[in-house]
Amino acid sequence: MTVGAGHTHALHRPGDSVVHRLPAHVKIVVAFLMVLAVVATPREAFAIFGLHFLLLVGIWVAARIPPGWLAARSLIEAPFVVLAVLLPFFAAGPRVEWWGMSLSLDGLLAGWNILVKGTLGVLISVTLAATTPLRDLVSGLSRLRVPSMVCVIATLMLRYLEVIAAEARRMRLARLSRGHDPRFVWQLGATVRSVGSLFLRSYERGERVHLAMLSRGFTGSMPAFTTASASRVTWSVALLPAAVGLALAISGYWVA
Amino acid sequence: MTPPSLRVDGLAFAYPDGHQALFGVDLRIERGERVALLGPNGAGKTTLVLHLNGVHRAGAGRVEVGGLEVTRENVQEIRRRVGIVFQDPDDQLFMPTVADDVTFGPANFGVTEPELSLRVKEALDAVGVADLADRSPMHLSGGQRRRAALATVLACDPEILVLDEPSTHLDPVARRELAEVLLGLDRTMLMVTHDLPYALQLCPRSVVIDGGVVVADAPTREILADADFLAAHRLELPFGFALG
Repeated sequence: MTVGAGHTHALHRPGDSVVHRLPAHVKIVVAFLMVLAVVATPREAFAIFGLHFLLLVGIWVAARIPPGWLAARSLIEAPFVVLAVLLPFFAAGPRVEWWGMSLSLDGLLAGWNILVKGTLGVLISVTLAATTPLRDLVSGLSRLRVPSMVCVIATLMLRYLEVIAAEARRMRLARLSRGHDPRFVWQLGATVRSVGSLFLRSYERGERVHLAMLSRGFTGSMPAFTTASASRVTWSVALLPAAVGLALAISGYWVA
Repeated sequence: MTPPSLRVDGLAFAYPDGHQALFGVDLRIERGERVALLGPNGAGKTTLVLHLNGVHRAGAGRVEVGGLEVTRENVQEIRRRVGIVFQDPDDQLFMPTVADDVTFGPANFGVTEPELSLRVKEALDAVGVADLADRSPMHLSGGQRRRAALATVLACDPEILVLDEPSTHLDPVARRELAEVLLGLDRTMLMVTHDLPYALQLCPRSVVIDGGVVVADAPTREILADADFLAAHRLELPFGFALG
C-alpha cells in the first residue's frame, strides 16, 4: 500500500507555447529583470503599474495561461496583503478622512506600494513557474553559474521534499490509528515528538543517499545537465518584455 | 586468463568504536557467476558489501574487483566496476526524473554524449522501464522503482552487480518480474538476501556468513536442504517449503 502518492508540482502548467519552449535560463533572467523593473518603478506612478500589468497579460496570452488559474496560485500573497491593508490605519503623518475613517496618507502610499509591487512580483514568479518544469529551473540556474553545491541541494530538495512529506503522512496515519486526536493542546506533544523522529529519519536517509551517490561516482558536483542553449535571436526576443518593463520603470520617474 | 570478478582474501574489519564485524573473509566469484550472500542480521553482510566499493577500507586482507585492488587511488574505477543496488530505492533514486538518475552514474564516470544517451536507453530497456524515463520516482510503483534503481547501476556497466535485499517490499508479481529481469541480464551478481527461495531461484551458489566469517560456500540447494545447518545460523525457509 502506498499512502499518499505525492502531488504533482502544483505551480507548473505543462504546455507547448512560445513561452514554454524558451530555455529556462533565459526565462529566469527575464523574470528577474521584470521584477527589478517593477520594484524600481516609483510608487506614485500609478498608471505605469497598469502598463506593467498589461505587459504580463500579453505574456499570459502568449503562454495560454487562463487568469483564474493564475489568480488561485497568487493567493500565497494573502498575508502580505493584510499588512498592506493595515498600514493606512496605523502609519503616522498627515491624515485624510474617508467614509468616516481617518487614514494616514503615508500609510496609504506605503500600503499601495507593497500591494502593487508584491502582486506584480508574485504574478511574474507564478508565470515563470507555470511555464517551466522545476528540474529545468534548477538546470537553468546551473547554466547561469549558480554555485554547483546550491544546485545539488536544490535538486535533492526537489526529490526528497516529496519523500519526506510521504513519510510524514505515514507517521501521522500511524498516530491517528492508535487513537491520537490532536484537537487539544496537551496532545500536541506526540506531534512534536514525531517531528523530531522525522528529522532523525531524514538525517539517516541523507547518509544513505550520500552513500548511494558515492557508489555511483559522485565527487561533489552534479554531472552537467543537458540544457538547450539559447541563440542570440532567442535572447533578443525573450528580453523584449524585460526591456519594455525597464523602460516603463524609467518613464515612471517622469510621470511621478 | 580473465581475473575473477571478485576476490576477497582474509578481509578483516573493525568499526571505529571497536566492534569487529569481519574476521578474515575469503570469497572468490568468477565472471558470470550468480552468488547469494546469506546470513542472519548482524552477520557482517552489509559491512562486506561496503568493502567491495571502497566505502570501508580493509583493516587486514585485500579486495580485488576484476583484478584491480581496492585502494584509495583506484576508488573511482572500483566504484564503476561494482554496481550496488541499495535496499531502499528511494535512497538510490535522488534525481527529479528516472532518466536523470540513470544518467547520473555514467556521467560521473566520464561517459559523454552520444554514448551517454545510448547507455541510458539500454539500461532502461534492459529493466523494462523505458516508458517511465521522464517520470518522477515518486510516481512509480515499488516494483518499477526497484527496476529503475537497477537501471541506474546497469548504466555504469559494472563488472559485478551487488544487490542488497532486492525482493523486500515487492508484491509477488513484482518479485517475479524482477527475477526475470535479473536472470536475463547475464552479469556477475552477488545478491545479499534473507529471501531463501529467491536465492534458490536466482543463484546456483550461496555463501553463508555468520559472526564475521564464511561458514558455508556451496550450491544453494545443498545449503537450503540442510535444516540443521540453517537452524544453527538463524536461517529458515518460509512455512511450507521443503527441499529434498
